[in-house]
Amino acid sequence: MNNTLGWPILSVLVWLPIAGGVLVMALGQSRANLARWLALLISVAALVLSLVMYQHFDGATADFQLLERLPWIAPFHADYYLGVDGIAVPLILLTTFMTIPVVIMSWNSVSDRVPQYLAAFLVMEGLMIGVFAAMDALLFYFFWEAMLIPMFLIIGIWGGPRRIYATIKFFLYTFLGSVFMLVALVYMVLKTQDYSIGAFQNLPLTLLEQRWIFLAFLAAFAVKVPMWPVHTWLPDAHVEAPTGGSVILAAIMLKMGGYGLLRFSLPIAPDAAQELSGLVILLSLIAVVYIGFVALVQQDMKKLIAYSSIAHMGFVTLGAVLAWRIVASTGSTAGVAMGLDGAMVQMISHGLISGAMFLCVGVLYDRVHSRQIADYGGVVNTMPIFAAFAVLFAMANSGLPGTSGFVGEFLVILAAFKANFWYAALAGLTLILGAAYTLWMVKRVIFGAVANDKVAELKDVDARELLVLAVLALSVLALGLYPAPLLDTMRGSIEHLTQQILATKLPLP
Amino acid sequence: MSSLSTIDLVRSLPEVYLAAAICLVLLFDLFVAGERVARTATLTLLVLVAGAALTLYGTTPGTRILAYGGLYVADDVSRLLKVAAFLFTALTLFYGNGYLKRRGLMRGEFYVLTLSALLGVLVLASATNLLTVYVGIELLSLSLYGIVAFDRDNGIAAEAGMKYFVLGAIASGMLLYGMSLLYGVTGTLDLAQLSTQLTQSPGVGLIMGITFVVAAVAFKFGATPFHMWVPDVYQGAPVASSMLVATVPKLASFALAFRLLAEGLTQQSAEWSAMLAILAVLSVIAGNIIAIAQANILRMLAYSAIANVGFVLFGFVVASATGYEAALYYTLAYVLMTVAAFGAVLAMSRDGFEATRLDDYKGLSRRDPLLAGIIAVVMFSTAGIPPFVGFWAKLRVILALLDGDQLWIAIVAVLASVIGAYYYLRVVWLMYFDPPGERPGPSQALALRVVLALNALAILLLGIAPGGLLDMVQRAIPGG
Repeated sequence: MNNTLGWPILSVLVWLPIAGGVLVMALGQSRANLARWLALLISVAALVLSLVMYQHFDGATADFQLLERLPWIAPFHADYYLGVDGIAVPLILLTTFMTIPVVIMSWNSVSDRVPQYLAAFLVMEGLMIGVFAAMDALLFYFFWEAMLIPMFLIIGIWGGPRRIYATIKFFLYTFLGSVFMLVALVYMVLKTQDYSIGAFQNLPLTLLEQRWIFLAFLAAFAVKVPMWPVHTWLPDAHVEAPTGGSVILAAIMLKMGGYGLLRFSLPIAPDAAQELSGLVILLSLIAVVYIGFVALVQQDMKKLIAYSSIAHMGFVTLGAVLAWRIVASTGSTAGVAMGLDGAMVQMISHGLISGAMFLCVGVLYDRVHSRQIADYGGVVNTMPIFAAFAVLFAMANSGLPGTSGFVGEFLVILAAFKANFWYAALAGLTLILGAAYTLWMVKRVIFGAVANDKVAELKDVDARELLVLAVLALSVLALGLYPAPLLDTMRGSIEHLTQQILATKLPLP
Repeated sequence: MSSLSTIDLVRSLPEVYLAAAICLVLLFDLFVAGERVARTATLTLLVLVAGAALTLYGTTPGTRILAYGGLYVADDVSRLLKVAAFLFTALTLFYGNGYLKRRGLMRGEFYVLTLSALLGVLVLASATNLLTVYVGIELLSLSLYGIVAFDRDNGIAAEAGMKYFVLGAIASGMLLYGMSLLYGVTGTLDLAQLSTQLTQSPGVGLIMGITFVVAAVAFKFGATPFHMWVPDVYQGAPVASSMLVATVPKLASFALAFRLLAEGLTQQSAEWSAMLAILAVLSVIAGNIIAIAQANILRMLAYSAIANVGFVLFGFVVASATGYEAALYYTLAYVLMTVAAFGAVLAMSRDGFEATRLDDYKGLSRRDPLLAGIIAVVMFSTAGIPPFVGFWAKLRVILALLDGDQLWIAIVAVLASVIGAYYYLRVVWLMYFDPPGERPGPSQALALRVVLALNALAILLLGIAPGGLLDMVQRAIPGG
């Protein structure tokens, strides 16, 4: 077994936060402060562990590493099988990294049922890492579905006035998409008698089978990403969720859709993906352009960021399915990896930026208790430090060079250019639209004269908030200026994925 | 047919033991009547736990032994069903005791009737002859009618009992008529002989016989369109009685379908599986949709039962060992979850107050976090969300359906379970998202809460490590 560490680091990464969550919950509301410190300790420990994982990971090869495999459910041929490759590692790092701000921000913004709140996030952290590390499809599905429970409770218990509507919609939408994936997985396991994802990727399938399997996976992943037109749960969920819920939802949960596309849809059904890539490209471009316009008219800051998320995630799905178009128009595979790289970088970058922007809204909301753009104006006069960060994240969101937002979008647009000029032209509109809706919001909220008494009484960020925003700002800049470590981590896996995508599973004519 | 011999008595040890125990409890109750009736309850629990142990250790796994001249069989399926039946009956009585006491229903007859219903389940589980099947089902049904109408001064309960009795009698009549047709065609009552003799292409008589048998099976399960009695019985009967109707007899229904259809009418599986497919699809759709409209948790559980029965029947639709395994696994998981759901309803009730409206659960997470957590586990599990056992049960059925090339039914099944998720989630949202308001707190009986918590823990653990139970079920079904 290829585990260079000698101890099951991935299992610890999955189960430490879950066990920690149970422990935190056992503390009870009377020891809320202790619960916060313990949760912080656990989430920092998880980050450290994930860095150790990164240290021992070799991005040059496409092999899954740090493997653990134990028999799990013998009658189903399912194993408890964990491992990571260059696609999973960055996403696990993102997960452990983004959970910490959620815990820190709970000091200011949550007072009701604190231990349960933190426990829900810790349990979810473990489950999300499980999704990215699972190499057995049944284990993947187990984590993927189980994750719905804590998120359902987070939005439902700590959410806004329409939280019940939002959380039920979130749950049922995701559940509906997922069950189709389950049917597809079961269909494949009956053919392979093996639940490992690798076995599925090597399974020969006819074009008809691939088509149905691709569509079944698309149902699950498109809802999660979310792609137009199954995106409508996201604005509701974001608006009603507490700040932490929005951060995790935007930063990590949406990425699972993109991850699923790269891990399941493309390698398992490459021929169907080629055939149906036009559909995915169309939906992605609609997300980028149409949702961009929708974002422009939003009055609610969280809703605006939610729509902006959908538009940005459009780049992920676009970059993932460009391969065949690039080969068809240029005759070489040169730009294929660029599109996939772009999709991955965009996922990580969007995780950081959208998380940061939701935290910024959370900072304002804790003080004014409004998310309406109209209730603000001239915040820079009373909160200059906060304003500096908010503007930086806004710039990153609009794809300013030097920030991480630029790298992913630029790579995808370049790849799109190789595929078809018009794809690139439409995708490029985001540079205008993204700047328009983000900066216009910033202008109305941050700049101008002090709008009302509430804004006049605002206090600038405290030490905790400053720490969180500063660390996020640094990582957005670091990834924007020097994305090489991320690209190096993914290199081997992306190359392998490129081969898988471009290989056909059909018998030669 | 040979005469009764000692060896037959030994081979049917669980039934003989239980019959003797019923007499013992009946006699015992004569001497402890009045204030000390709780002792009868304790004795019954002991009888049940000992019965489970006796079945587990007194019978040999991996064997198939006939007794009573081929009327009775002791095999792995019956063994598993009997152990489960003993344990689940003990659990239901344990949950129900406090409630029965408060309602003034704690009388020895309740326990005797419960035990004789259980005897019916055991007989059915071991039946290899149409007569044995009929004796088992009648023993079970007649006892249940009494249990449902146990609160005889209560008009609603009496109505529920009457309704159950009339419809149940019609179903028994149909079963008997179907059996007589089968006998007319083949000239045998033995299920094994039925399966070997019925090889000719089905004629009118056989088709009629199968139809009546299937209708009777569907009635006993409570599958649409034979489900009308289910909500009224669940709601009308005392909660402890509803719990008995809702749980252990599901094992009997599985045994009935397994013995009659899978083992008896093996060659005719194309006919009955097509009929069951329609019934099952109707059940999951009707059950899940109508459950959404319920304001009473017992009625909601009743429609949920109808929908879940649809899933059990899906296993039979496949008509193969893997399908029967799925049905058995689903039945066991479902009973484990349902007994916890009813246990929680009972734990919510107090003197003169029964928490049967869904609104009674509002804000429960603040009033009683432990109980709310238990109910949430049960609801998520029944909705089929991992990491709970209900997920594996649904997955096992879907696996069987796809294995039997029933893709479209599998898609109906998953879509129906998405619809079903809504009303299970609604219970969670009432408990966790709504403010509590002025409501009486749940009962704080410690033993009840501990066992309920263990029940919920079992649902979770069987969800995280489902292999053991799956394996047990796989070994119980021949050819699996």
